[in-house]
Amino acid sequence: MTSDAPVVQASRRPTDGPVVDVAHVDVTYTVRGADRLTVRDVSFKIGPQESFGLVGESGCGKTTMALAIDRYLARNGRVSKGSITVAGQDVGALGKDALRQLRARTISMVYQEPGRALNPSLRVGRQVAEVFEIAGLSRSEAAARAEESLRTVQINDPGRVLQAYPHQLSGGMLQRVVIAMALATEPALLILDEPTTALDATVEAEILELISALRAEFHTAVLFISHNLAVIAKMCDRVGVMYAGELVEQGPALEVFEQPRHPYTVGLLRCIPRRGQRKDHGRLDTIPGFLPAPGAVPAGCIFADRCAIVQERCKRETPPMYPVSGDRTSRCHYHQRAAELPRATPEDVRLPTPDEAAAPVISLRGVSKTFTGGKEPVHALTDIDLDLRPGETLGLVGESGSGKTTLARVLVGLSAPDEGSMLEMSGSMLAPTAPKRARDQLRAMQIIFQNPDSALNRRHSVRAIISRPLTKLAGLSGKQREAKLEELVGEVRMQQRQLGLRPSQLSGGLKQRVAIARAFAGDPKVLVCDEPTSALDVSVQAAILNLLADLQGRERVTYLFISHDLGVVRYLSDRIAVLYLGRLQEYGDAEAVFTGPHHPYTEALLSAVPSLDGTRRERIILSGEIPSPAHPPSGCVFHTRCPRRLASGICESTEPPLAEVEPGHFMRCHIPADELRQLQNVESQ
Amino acid sequence: MSDEEAIDGGIATPSATKTPLEDSPALRDPAAVGFLPTDAAGGVVGTLDSSAGTIWRENVRELVRSPAFLIGAIILLWWIVCALFGKTIAPYNPVAGSLTAFNQPPSGAHWFGTDSLGRDVLSRVIVGAREILIVTPLATLLGTVLGTSIGLIQGYFRGRVDSFSGRLVDAVLALPIVIVAFLFVVALGPSAPTLIVVIGLVFGLLISRTVRTAVLQERDLDYIAAARLRDESNTHIMFVEILPNVFGPILVEFTVRLGYAIFTVATLSFLGFGIQPPTPDWGADIANSYQYLGAGYWWEVLFPALAIASLVVAINLIADSIEAVVIQ
Repeated sequence: MTSDAPVVQASRRPTDGPVVDVAHVDVTYTVRGADRLTVRDVSFKIGPQESFGLVGESGCGKTTMALAIDRYLARNGRVSKGSITVAGQDVGALGKDALRQLRARTISMVYQEPGRALNPSLRVGRQVAEVFEIAGLSRSEAAARAEESLRTVQINDPGRVLQAYPHQLSGGMLQRVVIAMALATEPALLILDEPTTALDATVEAEILELISALRAEFHTAVLFISHNLAVIAKMCDRVGVMYAGELVEQGPALEVFEQPRHPYTVGLLRCIPRRGQRKDHGRLDTIPGFLPAPGAVPAGCIFADRCAIVQERCKRETPPMYPVSGDRTSRCHYHQRAAELPRATPEDVRLPTPDEAAAPVISLRGVSKTFTGGKEPVHALTDIDLDLRPGETLGLVGESGSGKTTLARVLVGLSAPDEGSMLEMSGSMLAPTAPKRARDQLRAMQIIFQNPDSALNRRHSVRAIISRPLTKLAGLSGKQREAKLEELVGEVRMQQRQLGLRPSQLSGGLKQRVAIARAFAGDPKVLVCDEPTSALDVSVQAAILNLLADLQGRERVTYLFISHDLGVVRYLSDRIAVLYLGRLQEYGDAEAVFTGPHHPYTEALLSAVPSLDGTRRERIILSGEIPSPAHPPSGCVFHTRCPRRLASGICESTEPPLAEVEPGHFMRCHIPADELRQLQNVESQ
Repeated sequence: MSDEEAIDGGIATPSATKTPLEDSPALRDPAAVGFLPTDAAGGVVGTLDSSAGTIWRENVRELVRSPAFLIGAIILLWWIVCALFGKTIAPYNPVAGSLTAFNQPPSGAHWFGTDSLGRDVLSRVIVGAREILIVTPLATLLGTVLGTSIGLIQGYFRGRVDSFSGRLVDAVLALPIVIVAFLFVVALGPSAPTLIVVIGLVFGLLISRTVRTAVLQERDLDYIAAARLRDESNTHIMFVEILPNVFGPILVEFTVRLGYAIFTVATLSFLGFGIQPPTPDWGADIANSYQYLGAGYWWEVLFPALAIASLVVAINLIADSIEAVVIQ
């Protein structure tokens, strides 16, 4: 903020003492007349200019805590014990006006979905200016300040953005606007609730950089809520790990993630595929069991049921917050031994290596897809050549809008490719759409969708959902079908008694297992997995990834695995294909693609991923937004955002061919691979 | 998360970690919010101790707790009893007049008075429930079945089928229903089956609108794609996959339309094109008696009118309660 006189009166910021002091807080919701204790005995402090992260899986009470600090709990929720102090004021004791002042001046909140935080029928400028008007500025002053505030969040042409309606802006741009509004009154505390979860990795990197820069500039204390441990590791000085409504561990972020002292933190960290971990290195670890029912108050430690180092004492005594060292605490009787937590799943895997010499099971040649419904044709896919070998996993990565899902839908026949596209399965042609394909071909290729809620019929039982493809695709009936059903249910590690349930009675992970069982019902040769774990928590994701790897080992099925999470893709994939604006940019063995030389776009994607070890690598921030596929840029489609664009102008004029730079490693770039390797500082192997 | 969200849902969502999952309609089911067991290890997995029918049972329980539903149900039940056992309950023969006691005001002998032919108004009101409660549910049922089929086909196939039939529906609905009914009744002659068919047809077109909208929301969900990928027929997808998921709006539509059907039948009877004399009917009775209102014989009109009103109100109360529970 650069104005000379702070027209908007800055909120009272404590110069000493914490900005937020949460002391032994319980939050209770009243549901159908019964009290449900959802947050128990949570204490933490956030100092001035400090960034505190709350991390944990969904349903552990992170957002409830944030709402409690703002005293914005749903009407059936209340802080039933303890006190919350913000900037020296007891939030619970504030009157109506003081509370309004607190929310207007002292605390600002940024939510996950920027599109839903803004009014869709008002121009952005009006909404930003309103924040200043509430703070007491005149209309014209407010408009001027609105423009200025957009500049502080690094929006280059604020004039255009102010005139736009929210739907005309991208998610990243909207989130910038929301952050600008949140910072307008220079709050003492900024609460960020999953601010980047809905955004692409490249955009996430930009927004995180921005938040870091603004924190330094505004000297604001930050409460950062995320389920993504790596994001928290990058953004926060200190971190609190929440589990089932309790803060089980807290301390400096890097220390907590490097030497966790609570079994839950240990387990959570092991669920994430670490840098470079692959399926043939061993399985991911998981956390056994499930979250306790809401409001259940177990006698001892809340994590005892799922803890592998549980002792008799844990089931009797609720552990207090043990000091570990310095300002680290852990809610575990045996926190010294947390790191010794035994694995919950055996590590060994025997995976057959895919047969590289075998004929491809799927061949795509010159596959294009143009959507013609709208005002102008949109080229979603352009001239894709791909082979899938039997038993391998091909990872497909790219930002949203790059054509990943379109490719998946074209492949399985849910949308017809353009004329001239060639799709072959085991040497025989595939008809453009599913109804025209032979039943054997349908049976051989199935899909797992991203969102199991949409993929499973809400009114059908699990039994009906899995049995139907057994009848239709496998042609089974009677006893045979029952036997196969039982086998499938066992393979995805579900129980017989769950067959009678409806999808709404299952957790997210179980639903995805049902979807996997359904996909495997016809013994497919190829399975398209479209972001199968991105709607799931990390511990559930680990279990699903293990399951997919196990099934592949047993059934020798080929996966086309789509994900925006590069760690997950690397874990599961034998080969990787990188899509940008519907064009294949890079394509090769997973190791080659990840170790380099990289295509500049792949390089940017890789550098955008925050890593857990907290090492600060130099980030490549892609400037600008992904261009519209209706008007792809001339020459190399990536040139508008490419940090390594050549000065000669060839990138703007000529599209580079997909050239083989190493055996089996293809790339679409004018820069020779050796030069890229040098630029990217990659040691040759 | 706004206050309203948590309260309307009838359940607190202590976690508002907005993973894409939580935007889904399924998670608005109370049974599915937040805290279901996660199955991390893939080993033993717990589930709620509930069987498949829970959601409907839960809905019914919620219905029974709502006073509006109870009042509506009691009134409706009364009229159903009248329709079934009217002749036994009625104190007099509803068609036999008495030449000595016509246009009598309400009294101990005739609680609702007598009409111009000396017939007991109370008895006619009680027995008059029969015909209307046969015709209207059948007509509405026919309309619902028809409307569901049309709506499913329009919403599922979209494209040319949808725009062609959509225009046709528009054309028919541009005419007031009474006019359409007139045309049919004049052509086919007034009778209960004619009424059922006419009202059923027109309501079918109306209902198809609602069903079509609901189907449009379903047809792009991935479970339909999954069905296509296992070579299901269109009929299977429409009636086995989609239909159960649009059943809620159809149920609401049925109850709302039932109210309108009663209104329509009463109107047609009043105009002389509905239920034909001598069968006792509220609308017809009003038609026969309203000319005597000026002479002060208000009971002959008031009580049949109240009967119509109470039945329509009862059904609307039920419809509203069902809507509140089914479509949250």
